[in-house]
Amino acid sequence: MAPQASSISAALREASLAAAVALVLALPLAGVRLPSGAAEPLAFRPWWVVAAVLAVFVGRFLIALHISTRRPRAFAAPPLFDRALGAMTPWRRWIFAGFIVAVALLPLMPFADRRMIDLGSLVLIYVMLGWGLNIVVGLAGLLDLGYVAFYAVGAYSYTLLAIHFDLNFWESLPLAGAFAALFGVLLGFPVLRLRGDYLAIVTLGFGEMIRIVLINWSDLTGGSEGISSIPAPTLFGLSFTANPAAGETAFHQFFGIPFAGVHKLIFLYYLILALALLTHVFSMRIRRLPVGRAWEALREDEIASRALGLNPVMVKLSAFGIGAMFAGFAGAFFATRQGFINPSSFTFIESAIILAIVVLGGMGSQMGVVCAALVLVLLPELARDLAGFRMLLFGAAMVAIMVWRPRGLLSHREPSVRLGDRAGGAP
Amino acid sequence: MAYFLQQLINGLTLGAVYGLIAIGYTMVYGIIGMINFAHGEIYMIGAFICMIAFAVLGFMGIASVPMALLVVLLLAIILTAAYGWTVERIAYRPLRGSFRLAPLISAIGMSIFLQNYVQLLQGARVKAMEPVISGGFVLMRDGSFQVTLSYLQLMIMSVTVVLMAGFTTVIHRTPLGRAQRACEQDQKMAALSGIDVDRTISLTFVLGAGLAAVAGVMNTLYYGVIDFFIGFLVGLKAFTAAVLGGIGSLPGAMLGGLMIGLIEAFWAAYFDAAYKDVAAFSVLVLVLIFRPSGLLGRPKVEKV
Amino acid sequence: MSAAHAMQSELPLLEVRDLTMRFGGLTAVDRLTFAAHSGAITALIGPNGAGKTTVFNCITGFYRPTSGAIVIERGDETYRLDRLAGHRIARDAGVARTFQNIRLFPNMTVLENLLVAQHARLMRASAFSLAGLLGLRRYRDAEEAGIALARSWLERLDLVQYADRDCGTLAYGLQRKIEIARAMCTQPALLCLDEPAAGLNPRETTELSRLIISIRDEFGIGILLIEHDMSLVMGISDRIVVLDHGARISEGTPAEVRSDPAVIRAYLGEDDTANGEGGR
Repeated sequence: MAPQASSISAALREASLAAAVALVLALPLAGVRLPSGAAEPLAFRPWWVVAAVLAVFVGRFLIALHISTRRPRAFAAPPLFDRALGAMTPWRRWIFAGFIVAVALLPLMPFADRRMIDLGSLVLIYVMLGWGLNIVVGLAGLLDLGYVAFYAVGAYSYTLLAIHFDLNFWESLPLAGAFAALFGVLLGFPVLRLRGDYLAIVTLGFGEMIRIVLINWSDLTGGSEGISSIPAPTLFGLSFTANPAAGETAFHQFFGIPFAGVHKLIFLYYLILALALLTHVFSMRIRRLPVGRAWEALREDEIASRALGLNPVMVKLSAFGIGAMFAGFAGAFFATRQGFINPSSFTFIESAIILAIVVLGGMGSQMGVVCAALVLVLLPELARDLAGFRMLLFGAAMVAIMVWRPRGLLSHREPSVRLGDRAGGAP
Repeated sequence: MAYFLQQLINGLTLGAVYGLIAIGYTMVYGIIGMINFAHGEIYMIGAFICMIAFAVLGFMGIASVPMALLVVLLLAIILTAAYGWTVERIAYRPLRGSFRLAPLISAIGMSIFLQNYVQLLQGARVKAMEPVISGGFVLMRDGSFQVTLSYLQLMIMSVTVVLMAGFTTVIHRTPLGRAQRACEQDQKMAALSGIDVDRTISLTFVLGAGLAAVAGVMNTLYYGVIDFFIGFLVGLKAFTAAVLGGIGSLPGAMLGGLMIGLIEAFWAAYFDAAYKDVAAFSVLVLVLIFRPSGLLGRPKVEKV
Repeated sequence: MSAAHAMQSELPLLEVRDLTMRFGGLTAVDRLTFAAHSGAITALIGPNGAGKTTVFNCITGFYRPTSGAIVIERGDETYRLDRLAGHRIARDAGVARTFQNIRLFPNMTVLENLLVAQHARLMRASAFSLAGLLGLRRYRDAEEAGIALARSWLERLDLVQYADRDCGTLAYGLQRKIEIARAMCTQPALLCLDEPAAGLNPRETTELSRLIISIRDEFGIGILLIEHDMSLVMGISDRIVVLDHGARISEGTPAEVRSDPAVIRAYLGEDDTANGEGGR
């Protein structure tokens, strides 16, 4: 449809207004650059302002034109994205299964190099964290802005247990999860009685507190330097080093193959894949249990839930604790994968990324978490050249996706139980 | 005693600034029930505009300090308010009436965006400026220790008091304040009785941003150094202050701000400065457990 | 109605004694005393603002009364509802309620709503989820029993075809019925209905009164009812308590209440439909 003259002039008006605002906004911050040291002069950058104003003018004009020429909503077919999703819905299960198989085969593919496998395990960490947080935010509807704190507790618990008590990865993994869950319960108990938004601020504060403690309690945590030489995990006692210590057998010796550094990466990849799938299977099963339904009921209506005999504090606490436990597992894996940890890996921005993965993916949607993790973790990694811009784009993308699809990319809720699937069920 | 008095003065100065920012959080929360996560970044932008304005005035050779101060304050308020307005227009207004978490996520995105926007434009390194106002009164001498109230501290406190008084009048006496309180109670009814809800909400953001700008100017003068990341922690503490005082309550925000400032100053003075933020949050958690609606907040009666 | 009287036991199920509730300076309920029996329908009526919903909220634990006692006798146990935590009133004392403005879980299916109501029992059977996670027989049996109970209610209310639909998408009249079914799935000793006929058409109201009576006769539980529809109240209630300004001004059978001058003065005098349509 060709744009009409009236819509063009309306779009021009909108664009001029936006350009005027852009001028005001850009003038101080873009137009002048403060010196960072005494030697540097104050710099004026008029062209930056001009560029910003022009960009906003053109952008706003195009958007306004696009909106005015779109057919009225009531008659419009659903957007392409929704139609594509709708067409895929019956096949959801198969797509997911195919996806898992592809992910499982990835390290064995000829084109998979070290970097790809390493990136794969990084994405899987975020998928696991997203699935863990999904229990808290997606199912129970509790806004946790400090999820990274439990991730940190897991990572540090594993590290300290491994170094001071000589426990191996498999022995300390459950303990790391248990410690994180314990922290979750201790924090949750007092604050889960409060209104939802207070929980957000208290968890946010808690995340910062943990970080401050990690930085300052140097005797235990190594301060901001952190702890290095964290032992790597073993596969049934087989280590992944070139020259194992006396009495130990390395993976390549046992199988009689030449040593290759990539074996360890592949092992780590499968390890996190297994942990992530454990999280997934657990979430899927617990959703169908009374406690899972109670989480959702509480998210929907706390007053009605109480009138049906649900104890809100206990129900929320269980979600909070279980979510924290999975963060603890992921933290232990993170520590062993890196080989070193320090507090700078556990900043608020990590919590924000994990939350963004859950919410952008579509709350409660397992596949949505995978998609969002792929986008949010891979894009910045692949766009390393745009280093300065990547967080800027990240922030802008969060706003844009919320404005475009407030319920997330893939939001679909599957009932936890169906009468229709049973003998003599509903027609 | 002298040491205590000095910490009291420092704490009140710090608290006055937190209070100014906390008002922005509390007003927005009161009217649309969302945590404006990007408010800390608005404060940071206010601080940057303050420093840029001083630099430009210095470049133009304006030497009169009171004159420069007034111009900087006005510029910072107007330009920062423009940022506040734009943030609301772009990131929150399209989400009105959407589900609960959407505006919050959008606000977190906006906060990340603004941080990196300033970092890109102004660089990641710390910016510093010469002190503009120096000197002060010596209130008391105790051996070699002097209790001083600097002119700057006096100015911060008096500006805060004046703004608070003016603000309370606006909320209680003007049509804007009435519209705001009406929207707080029931947006639909307010709209039906002829209040322009969108405009009222926009103005709330503008006012909140203006106060954050004043806080930014004050803190820039006080500390003399800023960077693109200062908004996060200050914002977090100001929000803590708002919750502590009772979210939705203006005097509460001020009281909460003063309390957080005092806790921080005294903790840093008598205990371990590294853990001062931990102390502030711990107090918040304690208050929320024993008085969930905050110190001056009205308890919310559940409608069944 | 005489059959119902025969089922009424001597000891009351619910006793409200000297219940007072103040909000600041306002006294919403003023030393109210009344009782409700098992196997009987007790209605709480009164003009708007008389304090009926406040009484409900005190009984179901949403408000903590200023003074007075609310006691439930269930089996051998006695529960003081004015002191019990909100969720235990439903779980242990067996008080279930519906809400004036329906509170279903809108994004969950009808069947899921009815299963959430059986949370306490299913949770025990799942051994706090352990047995459930492992898929043990003992949990599977309990879940089947829970679904069977839900299905029996859906069949009784003719709702089976909606079982897998999200509650939020259903018509208002259906939602009202589902909320009652959900309350009944908690297997309560006392069912509190807060204006169940609000927003229903005459046909649906008739259906509702039949449902309430059948619940009373079949399960022998106590039913407490707040309702403005006088034809419904007069038609099905065994006892009626009349409130005005938070205090009880009359109590008795529908016939007694209807002829009580105090009631006519306060309330029924302005509403002659009640006199015109008494009985069924």
